[in-house]
Amino acid sequence: MTAAHEAPLRDVAATAGGAALGLRARFWRSEEARGLALISPTFIYAILLLLAPVLVIIVFSFWTQNYLDIDRTPTLENYRVAWSDPLYRVLMFRSLAVSALVTLITVVLAYPMAYFLSFHVTQRKALWLFLITIPFWTSYLLRVFAWKIILGYNGVINATLMDIGLIAEPMDFLLYNVNSVVITLAHAWAPFAILPIFVSLEKIDRSLLEAATDLGDGPVARFLRVTLPLSLPGVIAAALIVFIPTVGDYVTPRLVGGKDGLMISNMIQVQFGKANNWPLGAALAVSTMVIVSAASLIFVGVMRQVTSRFR
Amino acid sequence: MKLRPLGVYAVIYLAFLYVPVLFLPIFSFNDSAIVAFPLQGITTKWYAELWSNDVMQGALWNSLKVGGATAVVSTILGICAARALTRYEFRGKRSMSALIMLPLVLPEIIVAVSLLVVLLQLGFSLSLVSVTLGHILMAVPFSIAVLISNFEGFDRSLEEASLDLGEGPFATFFRVTLPIVAPGILSSLLITFTISLDEFIVAFFLSGTEPTLPVYIWSQLRFTARLPHVLALGSMLLLASFILLSVAEVMRRRAARRAGAGLSGGLV
Repeated sequence: MTAAHEAPLRDVAATAGGAALGLRARFWRSEEARGLALISPTFIYAILLLLAPVLVIIVFSFWTQNYLDIDRTPTLENYRVAWSDPLYRVLMFRSLAVSALVTLITVVLAYPMAYFLSFHVTQRKALWLFLITIPFWTSYLLRVFAWKIILGYNGVINATLMDIGLIAEPMDFLLYNVNSVVITLAHAWAPFAILPIFVSLEKIDRSLLEAATDLGDGPVARFLRVTLPLSLPGVIAAALIVFIPTVGDYVTPRLVGGKDGLMISNMIQVQFGKANNWPLGAALAVSTMVIVSAASLIFVGVMRQVTSRFR
Repeated sequence: MKLRPLGVYAVIYLAFLYVPVLFLPIFSFNDSAIVAFPLQGITTKWYAELWSNDVMQGALWNSLKVGGATAVVSTILGICAARALTRYEFRGKRSMSALIMLPLVLPEIIVAVSLLVVLLQLGFSLSLVSVTLGHILMAVPFSIAVLISNFEGFDRSLEEASLDLGEGPFATFFRVTLPIVAPGILSSLLITFTISLDEFIVAFFLSGTEPTLPVYIWSQLRFTARLPHVLALGSMLLLASFILLSVAEVMRRRAARRAGAGLSGGLV
């Protein structure tokens, strides 16, 4: 926001020209220098502990593990294995499919909630927002663990259904499969999808809605032709915020996924742990990043097309 | 109040968010070593046994140390970045802030694994320090998000007035800027502390032989007999997070009011 209203200021200063040019230029240069100096500790921290390590991982993915040593001759062998071994392929496809499904569920469920918050809550909006964001901050591990209690053999659902006589035996298909992973992830990431959609709904100029009504649109047509298209940026952001991290989720598949629900990050962990094949683990991690980024870019591209067609 | 169904949906949605988590405290008071319905009566013995557990106390202490260090360092880094982003224009601003905010969306396992490789390659052994380094990286974006909304509504003419009246930049910062943004900073400290307290993946990869609370919980999940203790510990962790976040929210709102901004802000 500040960027938006300071940039013109700088332009004015730059074009003011004339006599004051030298002085002004020096002033802006020093402003710039101060800004750079102020952000540099944080930026350097991110370079040292995020950018550099990720680059190291990329380099590692081209090396080979020889028992305890690392052979540093560059090779694509890890990528060949990572992309052709059926085991890794299955895990990768499952991760993408699970994340896509979780993203769809969370965004579809979050939209009405965000809509309610933006258009129907007039008092205590901040309290509602706070109530929604609290689960977002509490322990992810514990939120996932709760589902183990709910879906388990003697868990909440089985016990309740047996109590009211709907089933005679506990159902054993609730836990330890892909479904339980999807349910748990959809719950754990639900709050993440609401906020971006809410923000985009808040930005909609309410007079546009009045105009649509005045011009004869009913509530449904108005929603489909005005509200929904204008809130699509928020929907896109929400989808990415859920999709990208869930592809690499480790805890949920490990705790509630059983054998059939494991995902790619569980294999990455095995390569860095028990299997002790760092380069292969690195290749799997890099592949995941590349595939997730590609999928996200394609998604954004498609959504842009959809949005432009609306207009 | 037209469109009541949406209100009903909102309440159901909130229940969906909260009810699953509430089973943890419910079972933590259940007088049975087996975590299953029907409930067997109320007891506090799991909490008592938990408290006398040395390993748990060690993990608690570890978590407090890591959380404290993370909160302080990430908030300082957050202040620098948020101030630079809201107050100054400079080249590369967008790409710099993109890199700093990247941990928000990057899968945690990537952060954890890459830090693990680099630290071990550089010859560091895994310790609470390595966990803290990782937690700072992940907490800084949240600190910035909280602080930016605080700094953005900040009326710069107050600072200019102070400078015009003869205070130097340092005195202006401590006497004008800081009091206005103090609640935001406190809010950032509490939130980053909570993030560190609850964070599992990075701690799991980088903690070595010194577990934090979530890593301790993870190690206990394998033992069925230990589950009631895990539930008791988890419930206390939830309660602690809830209290910390509520205080942080109150602080954040106070900050927003002082800075003259609206009620949005935080991550919104």
